[in-house]
Amino acid sequence: MEYQSQAVAKYYFTAAIGLFVGQILFGLIIGLQYVVGDFLFPEIPFNVARMVHTNLLIVWLLFGFMGAAYYLIPEEAERELYSPALAILMFWIFLVAGALTILGYLLVPYSTLADLTMNELWPTMGREFLEQPTITKLGIVVVALAFVFNVGMTVLQGRKTVINLVLMIGLVGLAVFFLFAFHNPSDLVQDKFWWWWTVHLWVEGVWELILGSILAFVLIKTTGVDREVIEKWLYIIIAMTLITGIIGTGHHYYWIGTPEYWQWWGSIFSAMEPIPFFMMTVFAFTMVNKRKRDHPNKVAVLWALGTGVMAFLGAGVWGFLHTLAPVNYFTHGTQITAAHGHMAFYGAYVMVVLAIISYAMPIIRGRAANSNKAQVMEMWSFWLMTVSIVFITLFLTAAGILQTWLQRISDTPMTFMAAQDQIAIFYWMREFAGVVFLIGLIVYIMSFFVSEEDEMNA
Amino acid sequence: MDEMFTKSMARNIFYGGTVFFFLLFLALTFDTMGVVPSRDNHENLTPTVIAGKTLWEENNCIGCHTLLGEGAYFAPELGNVYVRFGNSTEAIKGFIKSRPKDGIPGRRSMPQFNFTDEELEQLAQFLKYTSEINTSNWPPNIMG
Repeated sequence: MEYQSQAVAKYYFTAAIGLFVGQILFGLIIGLQYVVGDFLFPEIPFNVARMVHTNLLIVWLLFGFMGAAYYLIPEEAERELYSPALAILMFWIFLVAGALTILGYLLVPYSTLADLTMNELWPTMGREFLEQPTITKLGIVVVALAFVFNVGMTVLQGRKTVINLVLMIGLVGLAVFFLFAFHNPSDLVQDKFWWWWTVHLWVEGVWELILGSILAFVLIKTTGVDREVIEKWLYIIIAMTLITGIIGTGHHYYWIGTPEYWQWWGSIFSAMEPIPFFMMTVFAFTMVNKRKRDHPNKVAVLWALGTGVMAFLGAGVWGFLHTLAPVNYFTHGTQITAAHGHMAFYGAYVMVVLAIISYAMPIIRGRAANSNKAQVMEMWSFWLMTVSIVFITLFLTAAGILQTWLQRISDTPMTFMAAQDQIAIFYWMREFAGVVFLIGLIVYIMSFFVSEEDEMNA
Repeated sequence: MDEMFTKSMARNIFYGGTVFFFLLFLALTFDTMGVVPSRDNHENLTPTVIAGKTLWEENNCIGCHTLLGEGAYFAPELGNVYVRFGNSTEAIKGFIKSRPKDGIPGRRSMPQFNFTDEELEQLAQFLKYTSEINTSNWPPNIMG
């Protein structure tokens, strides 16, 4: 580790992995509730467990992004972090606020939580992914501002590289577009329209800048390829991301009361959204093939390559599958969406966070790379989790195709619940794949505790 | 990549492309705000409907259901439930009111929320208002 203050990333990475475990456990609960409808009912109804599942995902990815920034920005800027103390303070505030919010979801009915946190003063709750009480949302803004200030000052007073510049644009964008979470018009069409300014412009916009810069950093470090080459790739990838992704927001504006021209804008531009992801795959493989050194951390390279491939499949291919308006007319709001969501989040964001953790954690712990034994174990976890998510996606896709047919296309359409009964077998198989994912995650965590007797030094 | 294609060209495409397409997005957004009032059924956005939307949010209905296709995929689409239930707010209220407290053995069941009659009316009116939004003929059929 070149700068002592990079070590604050360890707090963030540790919390990220801990919350990841919680996310998967609640995923297994809701997966089971799909087929055993009364499981944990009425103590933990589906809506509560799902909210915990999705909110933990968002929060742990944010912890991962922040940890990544605290690690790579000092190294890129060639100076210590502006304020390590502020970074630690914000860590505890974010963790405690996050934990209290999750406990609130689990311990009291959601409407009671809304009353306790005085939602009526500024109603923002009860919208998908943005379920947090308004006070928690304000806390997120405070943490985000302090974080952006801290890393921003570090960049301003240090070396400016394309990687830390792009990361800063992504992080500032993340903070800015979150502000739309506070805008909740009574008019449902307006509500839905602006909701996407947070949700879409995060995951199909500024988050991809964060993803690109983290990936570029890991590739520079592990392959030793000339920075000029990598930075050129990074620029062109994120250019394509925003050129396609901003107007691509239109693929959410087909059926919510917005004008019909969005069917054209949304279809054409979102059909091009796979391009930057494909370029990311080519980028990762080309850089590794042109590597000027063999970095001892093989598993970090594996995660980096995996990010490219799985982000292209999950976000690119599975997104394209249902993005054209005439297709989306039939698939909108079915298990096809769920299938896409699972592989896209895993392939793009989970894997890039695990890539930077895999690269940075050994260095923070005082070695260039983990022992061969630990790396092999981590590679097992890579394959277990990645193959499981592929199967989860395939099973949900099968469920979605059948659901669409039975409920919306057939001459004798079934009710929603009748169609759900028909496709239960796929939910069982998804749940089984989910258990394998959990095993992969347990192996991943065990890899951190392998003793370092045969430590490799590079 | 080709040596002729320099980093500064890539950078200019990024900044130029982002600014151009964001401005285009703003222009489309501005136009959308002008068109939406002719489609969003706002004339029926009564205090009762607005109270219904608040109830919808404060009970996290979106955590199981979809509304105009967005939400969770665990329970039926409710954007057209008013039509599916025979254009009847009474049927909606009756359904919500009759959910068993302890669920249905082995099956998915909506929780019993113990809404007052006034709250039931607000929710039902909100769902009626939603069903009258012009959604370009979505969902494809009555089943949602």
